[in-house]
Amino acid sequence: MNGLFSEVFISSLVSGGVIAGIPLIYAGLGEAISERAGVLNVGLEGMMLGGAYGGFVGALHFHSTWFGLLSGGLTGMIISLFMVVLCVRLNSNQIVVGIAITLGAEGVTALLHGAIYADTYPRVPVVHPYAIPFLSNIPIIGPGFFNHHISAYLAVVVVFFVSWVLKSTGIGLSIKAAGDQPHALEAAGGGVHRIRTISVLSTGLLAGLGGSFIVLVGAGLFVPFITNGKGFLAIVLAMLVRGRVRWLIVAGVLFGMSLSLTTALQLAGIDVPIDLVLMLPFVLIIVVLFAFGRRSYLPAALALPYDREQR
Amino acid sequence: MVLANELTPSVELIGITKTYPGVVANSDIHLTLRPGEVHSLLGENGAGKSTLIGILSGMVQPDAGEIRIKGETVRINSPRDALERGIGTVYQHSLLVPTLTVLDNLLLGVDQGWKLGRDAAKARLQEVSTLLDVEIDPSSVVGDLALGQRQQVEIVRALWRGEGVLILDEPTSMLTPQGAEKLVQVVRRLVSNGLAVVFITHKLNEALDLGDRVTVLRRGKIVGEVTPAELQNRSRAQITDEVLKMIFGEKSDASYAAFASQVSETADETFRVDHLSVEGSGPHPVLDNVSFTLKRGEILGIAGIDGNGQKELAEVLAGQRHADSGEIILDDQSIQNLSIAARQAKGIRYVTDDRHGEGTVGPLSIALNIVLKRVGEVPFWRWSLVRHSSIREFARKLIHDHDVRAPHEEVAISTLSGGNMQKVILARELALEPRVVVYNKPTYGLDARTTSLVLASIADQAKAGVTTVFISTELSEIVSICHRVAVMYRGKLSEPIMVRSGIELKLGALMTGSTTL
Repeated sequence: MNGLFSEVFISSLVSGGVIAGIPLIYAGLGEAISERAGVLNVGLEGMMLGGAYGGFVGALHFHSTWFGLLSGGLTGMIISLFMVVLCVRLNSNQIVVGIAITLGAEGVTALLHGAIYADTYPRVPVVHPYAIPFLSNIPIIGPGFFNHHISAYLAVVVVFFVSWVLKSTGIGLSIKAAGDQPHALEAAGGGVHRIRTISVLSTGLLAGLGGSFIVLVGAGLFVPFITNGKGFLAIVLAMLVRGRVRWLIVAGVLFGMSLSLTTALQLAGIDVPIDLVLMLPFVLIIVVLFAFGRRSYLPAALALPYDREQR
Repeated sequence: MVLANELTPSVELIGITKTYPGVVANSDIHLTLRPGEVHSLLGENGAGKSTLIGILSGMVQPDAGEIRIKGETVRINSPRDALERGIGTVYQHSLLVPTLTVLDNLLLGVDQGWKLGRDAAKARLQEVSTLLDVEIDPSSVVGDLALGQRQQVEIVRALWRGEGVLILDEPTSMLTPQGAEKLVQVVRRLVSNGLAVVFITHKLNEALDLGDRVTVLRRGKIVGEVTPAELQNRSRAQITDEVLKMIFGEKSDASYAAFASQVSETADETFRVDHLSVEGSGPHPVLDNVSFTLKRGEILGIAGIDGNGQKELAEVLAGQRHADSGEIILDDQSIQNLSIAARQAKGIRYVTDDRHGEGTVGPLSIALNIVLKRVGEVPFWRWSLVRHSSIREFARKLIHDHDVRAPHEEVAISTLSGGNMQKVILARELALEPRVVVYNKPTYGLDARTTSLVLASIADQAKAGVTTVFISTELSEIVSICHRVAVMYRGKLSEPIMVRSGIELKLGALMTGSTTL
């Protein structure tokens, strides 16, 4: 059976959507954290790309997907240190530094990859999906949603964890205050710089995880510029969910599906011009921004450096 | 033991000095805060009060000097340090997070880690609000609270980690009279419980009313003190005189001269407002059928409690807000449909109460701020090119004429104090032949000396034939310079009446709506 409602089409659309969506969820979650703390992290794309390369090298070296994810996350975190030092501590312009991080990561990863792996194009270890009992047996959509590498489910767990942190812990409270009224946080005895540092480092970690997921679980190998704008897509998603991070799961999978539509259509044997389909995520972003963009919530002190002695 | 405790000062500042580039904010300050005492710190804007609070609350580090708390020498490195030592501060500008609830605001910075003790916090809130004798709902979002309530929350927070010293920075500036009265009760209750309260103000009467002891700051130095014994035993008039001398130095010229002069009976009517109305989303129209007629050189005072439509009226007159009906007539011509710029060209000027927001562009120089409303006009621009020399020359002249205290005309306007910034705005609006000037609270936040300068310059302009609408919440100012006065209440403007002595009572009744218009 061919066509839009065939099982193979829906199943590959859902499965591909999850694979493409998980990096958006990881990175979008990271962005949401630092935005709530008042740091607009435009370097997200660079942190993802760095994480992708770091994860690739780690997985090759240790022959392990998990070590790959770990080294990817750490690489993202190390890159985010630039942002911590320049923007949080030295009060540089967040947007300029963010763009520099992205451009720098693009250049460095392409150079390193070209110098070391360009001839061999090695592949990382194959990942083994874990099918969640019962849920993965749901007809049609079950295998698409519930038969993935554990790091995909981990993304959902992390989202709920961060949501809980923001809502019910002291750190979460401080993060929100650092973004909305940093002077209030400082006056109450909290440290704005400390909280923003923690937030940006978490962003680096999560962006790195997202980037290495692309390589380790999605593509299976690294090519230069492999993140292909997903970092920027994640920034938009983080703004659209307006601080309610649980919605990132829905938004991530939805945008992931639109990214994976080409493959699904080909698998289902439907002939649609590929360029048209490749446009879809970006058209979708524009439509969504038109519909909800006006209501997108941004913290009052977003992208403003914090100086204690100045009001 | 109890006696000894009472004798130990809560806080002693010894030889505190703090210098900023070009300014000595605090110079060799010695100050003692005693338990059970309200200590008023009085001084003009820029006298160094804010820096001193900053040092006490850990926001600012002194360059030299010693701080002792209960006899023990300490360093206050951060606001957290201060709070842990029982020094709590309520800042002039609200430092609550408007998007969080009362309870979460109180927990902010207290619980840094994972655990958020919301239940314990509720109990503590109950405890402190009983101490203050106020009621606060822990679950309401701070942004929804009235200013007086927010301040109560800030006081609660200041006392959260221990009740030692409470610093109140200009606490009455945002409050209604009722709110201020409640604040006084709260403060009295706190000192009777053994706290030391520091009350910072630039209003003389408040300092004397509320303080058990008054210290006067001028240009970063302590210039005098009134002890509790003096406050009790000497007449108010004597003390007032003395303190005025301390504040202003050698001569005391704070009392307003009688600025008002007669408007000639035969002067022509230049400015008329006919049945202006603006609908609003609230229960009352924003402007409800507002009409008045002004003669050349006349000053009409518009009194009223904030938020009764005064700002909206000013904006409609300036052309910044659209009126739903009615007409504005200048020299028998309707200017109702003219743009802001066209009204400017006709001589209509508006001095906003929002100095930092719509009044100036902070990072731009004084000179550029002065020509802000004349972009593209000759002689400052010619053939679309900026002529910096003529802008600077013009700015230098205005800075000189209006006695603006600034190093030169190229410094960013945001570096000026509120008073000097207001002088720049006045200089800008009054330059180049104004016909009708609308002032919205032109003396808001200014010290007594600048206030009287501003009022004098308004009165001088009027004598020179400028028609003036003077919006203010300070009845004393209105009575001192206006010819006639009307009261705004819920968008309605009362019939203007001639200013004469003893009129304040009647105006007060109109402002609170206790007599109908």
